[in-house]
Amino acid sequence: MKRYIVHRLLQGVVLLCLVGTIVFFLGRLTGNPVDLMLPEDATPEDRVSMIKALGLDGPLYRQFFIFVGNALHGDLGMSIRMRQPATEAFFSRLPNTLAIIPWSILLAMGVGIPLGVIAALNRGNVLDRAAGTVAVLGVATPGFFLGILLIFVFSVELGWLPSGRMGGPEHYVLPVITLGAFLVAGFMRLVRSSMLEVMESEFVKLARIKGLSEWVVIWKHCLRNALIPVLTLWGVFVGNLITGAIITETVFAWPGVGRLTYEAVIFRDFPLLQAIIILKSILILSINLLVDILYAYVDPRIRLT
Amino acid sequence: MTELDSEPVLEVRDLHTHFFLRRGVVKAVDGVSFSLHKGEVLGLVGESGCGKSMTALSVMRLLPKGSARTVQGRVLLHGEDILTRSPREMREIRGSQISMILQDPQTSLNPVFTVGEQLREAIFHRTHGRNKDVMREAIEALRRVDIAAPEQRIGQFPHQMSGGMKQRVVGAIVMSGQPGVLIADEPTTALDVTIQLQYLKLLQRLQRETGMAILFITHDFGVVARMCDRVAVMYAGRIVECGTVEQVFENPSHPYTRALIASVPKMTGPIERLYTIEGQPPSLMDLPVGCRFAPRCPHAEQRCHDIYPPAFAVETGHDAHCWMLEAE
Ligand SMILES: Nc1ncnc2c1ncn2[C@@H]1O[C@H](COP(=O)(O)OP(=O)(O)OP(=O)(O)O)[C@@H](O)[C@H]1O
Ligand SMILES: [Mg+2]
Repeated sequence: MKRYIVHRLLQGVVLLCLVGTIVFFLGRLTGNPVDLMLPEDATPEDRVSMIKALGLDGPLYRQFFIFVGNALHGDLGMSIRMRQPATEAFFSRLPNTLAIIPWSILLAMGVGIPLGVIAALNRGNVLDRAAGTVAVLGVATPGFFLGILLIFVFSVELGWLPSGRMGGPEHYVLPVITLGAFLVAGFMRLVRSSMLEVMESEFVKLARIKGLSEWVVIWKHCLRNALIPVLTLWGVFVGNLITGAIITETVFAWPGVGRLTYEAVIFRDFPLLQAIIILKSILILSINLLVDILYAYVDPRIRLT
Repeated sequence: MTELDSEPVLEVRDLHTHFFLRRGVVKAVDGVSFSLHKGEVLGLVGESGCGKSMTALSVMRLLPKGSARTVQGRVLLHGEDILTRSPREMREIRGSQISMILQDPQTSLNPVFTVGEQLREAIFHRTHGRNKDVMREAIEALRRVDIAAPEQRIGQFPHQMSGGMKQRVVGAIVMSGQPGVLIADEPTTALDVTIQLQYLKLLQRLQRETGMAILFITHDFGVVARMCDRVAVMYAGRIVECGTVEQVFENPSHPYTRALIASVPKMTGPIERLYTIEGQPPSLMDLPVGCRFAPRCPHAEQRCHDIYPPAFAVETGHDAHCWMLEAE
């Protein structure tokens, strides 16, 4: 177990180096950011001083070494727009995102897993199709559309819930639903297909031979096995989660890293964007490691070596 | 050991179980009748695909949902038809009155729960006893099936055990409710030869200790000779011959039984060419009206192709479905 974790950590470091390198060179490939940042009427002297200030003079490899050196010290550069270290900007926003993500995942699992089980139990009939429709709606409705629809109904028309920004618990409801909707369909479809497979197993037959109730057979013996692939395919959800967070936070003016990403793109704040990508990679790698450890716990056949 | 005069504990009468598929109806079980008496081991033999497992699953009422259905027949357990029982009543019956060992121990146990949990669950379901008592009973159950150090084994997961040990755990689980009837569906087919013998001996011992009746499904006549009191031979969804093991071995009366016995390699004497049966069993979607074995039978006459032969008594307690027996 320990060896496995160390191994995975090393793997993570290698991956991060790759991500960092790619991000760095991509940033330079798209042209000199100075041209984008300077006002139209800037003088050549302004330009030179800005290049100096941003450390963009000197050959590319030197810039890269400076970048790596700084990164090793935890310095991922200054945000151009916010005039603040990029890492600081990221971490000051992170708690706001983390405040909605777990609730969204819980909501998505709470809805998606039972829907998947019900769909599998009623394979081919009305309930299956109804659950499938919910899932398709979740995938097909663009997040910003769902978000705006929710705002329109619950904030504008009914006036029950605030339309955005952070605040008390009532501020969380709509963003959590919007972000959760991104994940429901994934959970549902995965659970449905793996339930269908598991329900054919011999051990399910044995559980019935024992005389156990259908409830125990389905929700204990089948579901526990059906959840294994859901965990394995965690990576699929991470992608959804990141897109979902960007859209949700933008729609609801939620000051999290999703919105920060959006702003970094819109304002071409390339050091910030670079930092966000690297920091998100670190987060995803750590979450994946955690999930793998959890996976070994759920499926005792997996030995982490 | 046989008590033929006693009331049968399990009686199956004219059982029909069909698969309703898009491409047609598969008559997996098509008119099976047999009875199993108290304390008796009845062998059910036949080639792969003849409907042995489907007969067993029909009796347990655990057919694959959706596609398979028992369309006709009666399954009398202690004289009462269990095909008309509600699912709830059926759950009370399963595990405590009738139970079943499945063919493949590798897949019969749930991989994510310890064997202790899977055993505990079966015992608790019936007794609702206190956890300590249930656990003690679980350890006892493992000891009964010759598992060494059951206190340690109980905390292990199925993948930490060998195939033979898993099959013994399955035995402990399905017999924990002391069922009067046990169906063993090729319980040793997936095991190594040396382990097979061990397992058969274990089953025999448990059968003697508890006096339960066993329906022993196999395709191996050697196993039948070792384990069973009586044997029923199945071909294409029907039983074609039934009698005591001695009767059937000494005087096989259906050409199919004869062919099956001839195809068993003999342990003594020089090695001869194995006898194999010409042709293929009929498609279960398109069964002939007459005797199902007629197309492969060396003695078939016109009548065999036209009319299904009824049961003819060969001797007391031994009968076969073959027109050749009519004259006698
Ligand atoms: N899920 C299914 N769908 C359709 N037909 C099936 C299905 N399962 C079994 N059958 C049919 O039922 C017939 C009987 O199957 P069964 O499993 O009872 O055979 P068996 O005698 O137990 O054979 P084996 O010795 O291989 O276990 C098979 O020939 C097959 O065509
Ligand atoms: Mg079978």
